[in-house]
Amino acid sequence: MPLENTILICAGGGCISAGEISVKEALENEIKKYALDGVVKVVETGCMDACSLGPLMVIYPEGVFYQKLKPSDAKEIVEEHLLKGRVVQRLLYKGPSGEIKPRATEEIPFFTRQVRIATRNLGVIDPASIEEYIARDGYFALRKALSMTPEMVIEEIKKSGLRGRGGAGFPTGLKWELTRKSKSDEKYLICNADEGDPGAFMDRSMMEGDPHSLLEGMAIGGYAIGAHQGYIYVRAEYPLAIERLKIAIKQAREYGLLGKDIFGSGFDFDVDLRIGAGAFVCGEETALIQSVEGKRGQPVQKPPYPAQSGLWKKPTVINNVETLVDVPYIINKGWEAFASIGTEKSKGTKVFALVGKVNNTGLVEVPMGTTLRELIFDIGGGIPGGKRFKAVQTGGPSGGCIPEEYLDTPIDYESLTSLGTIMGSGGMIVMDEDTCMVDVARFFLQFTADESCGKCTPCREGTRKMLSILDKIVEGNGTMEDIERLETLAVTIKDTALCGLGQTAPNPVLSTLRYFRDEYEAHVKEKRCPAKSCKALIAYRIDPAKCTGCTACARACPTGAITGEVRKVHTIDQEKCIKCGSCFEVCRFDAVEKLDAVEVTADT
Amino acid sequence: MENQTLTDPKFAELDEFIDNLPDKKGMLIGVLHKAQEIFGYLPAEVQHHIAQKLDIPESTVFGVVTFYSFFTMKPRGKYQIKVCLGTACYVKGGQKISDRVKEELGVTGDEPTSDGLFSVQEVRCLGACSMAPVMLVGERDFYGRLTPDKIPQIIESYRRKENKK
Ligand SMILES: Cc1cc2nc3c(=O)[nH]c(=O)nc-3n(C[C@H](O)[C@H](O)[C@H](O)COP(=O)(O)O)c2cc1C
Ligand code: SF4
Ligand code: SF4
Ligand code: FES
Repeated sequence: MPLENTILICAGGGCISAGEISVKEALENEIKKYALDGVVKVVETGCMDACSLGPLMVIYPEGVFYQKLKPSDAKEIVEEHLLKGRVVQRLLYKGPSGEIKPRATEEIPFFTRQVRIATRNLGVIDPASIEEYIARDGYFALRKALSMTPEMVIEEIKKSGLRGRGGAGFPTGLKWELTRKSKSDEKYLICNADEGDPGAFMDRSMMEGDPHSLLEGMAIGGYAIGAHQGYIYVRAEYPLAIERLKIAIKQAREYGLLGKDIFGSGFDFDVDLRIGAGAFVCGEETALIQSVEGKRGQPVQKPPYPAQSGLWKKPTVINNVETLVDVPYIINKGWEAFASIGTEKSKGTKVFALVGKVNNTGLVEVPMGTTLRELIFDIGGGIPGGKRFKAVQTGGPSGGCIPEEYLDTPIDYESLTSLGTIMGSGGMIVMDEDTCMVDVARFFLQFTADESCGKCTPCREGTRKMLSILDKIVEGNGTMEDIERLETLAVTIKDTALCGLGQTAPNPVLSTLRYFRDEYEAHVKEKRCPAKSCKALIAYRIDPAKCTGCTACARACPTGAITGEVRKVHTIDQEKCIKCGSCFEVCRFDAVEKLDAVEVTADT
Repeated sequence: MENQTLTDPKFAELDEFIDNLPDKKGMLIGVLHKAQEIFGYLPAEVQHHIAQKLDIPESTVFGVVTFYSFFTMKPRGKYQIKVCLGTACYVKGGQKISDRVKEELGVTGDEPTSDGLFSVQEVRCLGACSMAPVMLVGERDFYGRLTPDKIPQIIESYRRKENKK
């Protein structure tokens, strides 16, 4: 029987956590119940990039897009849509103004504004099927590359303008050329899939949703530089990515697309996995090499660069996942197709993980040169709850924040650097008026201080000193001299740390000081947190005029700080209150207020 | 110790994994992953065993175990609660979630509760940032868009599950 419908159901991290598995099970049960299993195929795909709408699915051939599904919706979808051909209106995506968008991905701005190169197959193919990948021109690029000379492949990548997507933006073709020219009997290619930026999941989605594109990109890279063995260094926190990569490697070997004499060209190339063990510094390339060798992942002095002496002291290329996933596209479509997109110095597209205080969260892939405003407001749908945008953080713990006045900056490597941040690997965290910038800086410093490998003093001691000053400030004990000391320490660490972790660790502090110095000063001079976020500087109080005495807050409070009789005004005992914010969350009458602590102590 | 090695099926399982490696070079981290999967944690005797088996100094094994945060030398609770403190979760109040979980369990750090049922770990980005703030109980139970007041119910549901047994 021919297939009548294919249902793509998103099995990305966001949807799995939103209950995708139970939706899928319910759907399959319903399909069986109506004996539709022969004509309807349910395929779990990688992230469809619209996580805030999840769990979600697209039903083909119509291309109808259903969102925010629950297991109980399965029955209706099967009975109405599959059996009767009627679209289930209530599950359709609704635009911000409430109008219904019946068609799928072609009409929702979150999707239409994107240009999909690195994420070309996400949500389209079944990641566990090499056949589906091949049906979408998979492994054509490898075949084409093997019919070219390695030098021609390198030339193609150079002309495309592709730059590393892992952070620093080093030109990929040039990196390959340097390694190709290093003389050695053995060379290696390592894919950096450590994705250490806490708050980013681009690489993870690509590995989970389209593992073969990565393998193909690696084989092409291996051919270009003259390597026969590749490794993917993937973090242990990504079990699903590991599982799908294992399946993909096995399939590629069975098809002869990895292993000996690929496509009869005489070229041998294989890929193995190496699993990380939770150390951010292992994303740094020299540390990563130590870790692949099974050792403590501490960075070593450069030069020599990995291009001359890397894994087991052999010339080694290290590339980010997205960089390698872009490669088959460039070889297939030609360098012009890639170079025609983007800005003068930054070509192609970039994938961002758009998260934080923004309406549409998820992965977005946009041409380089797109402005931050387009990304956050047009694609991201702006800030939820009518709140005001404050800043966006790029580059994770190595990056910085960008305030409102620079929202019209086109995104590329150079423009972000000039604003005091970096492109980084693509984490993009939106912050609103409730986010305290001093606390954000403290958060990142806490991260880098924890993750410093301890090898060099400026990083090990310097980040701890900066952290203790920031702790002092958020607790309301900071002085103006502390702010100056922070700046001096930042500059010293930047100039003297051994590796990129230490050298970039002060960035979040420097950039928040640059744009939000007034917030630091409010903490220090007025003992006030303008965002009302720092625990030590706020207090909760119940507004007697609004309190209905519903008792919800008293039941939610973990310390019994709230007292009051039913239907009478409740009060908070400031001595007992630990400022957990539970009462603030549960009160449905807006009666719990968040105030500056100075104000509350003054009037009690 | 030696006798235990011969009889304990867990050690036998680990030995089988090590013996089947095509090449032992550079595989220490892989072996430690396997060992932690089998034993749940990496106590000194397990490290000692691995050092002997791979013919490397015990100090090297110890050095690697302590370097990587994924490896633990302490046992964990039956339900391991991972509270995400990645950036996305942090700006959406992840710290408040973590504080409330600890408050509820009466623990201060990553030590297991006295009944051995729970332990809390603050982790970075579970890759579900869109649902921030999130936490993961065990391997599969994800909770997203959390607020501190939802925590007691969630923990209670696991306690109830245990009491039924
Ligand atoms: C502390 C630190 C962490 C890093 N983490 C990552 C990472 O998680 N993923 C990544 O691809 N690159 C990371 N990098 C950058 C890598 O060192 C390296 O430049 C990159 O993987 C090269 O690949 P590309 O040229 O394709 O970007 C990190 C660098 C530093 C200094
Ligand atoms: S800068 Fe920090 S992480 Fe890098 S080598 Fe020095 S101590 Fe280690
Ligand atoms: S939850 Fe709000 S309305 Fe209800 S008792 Fe508490 S403060 Fe009053
Ligand atoms: S930051 Fe918590 S899941 Fe990503």
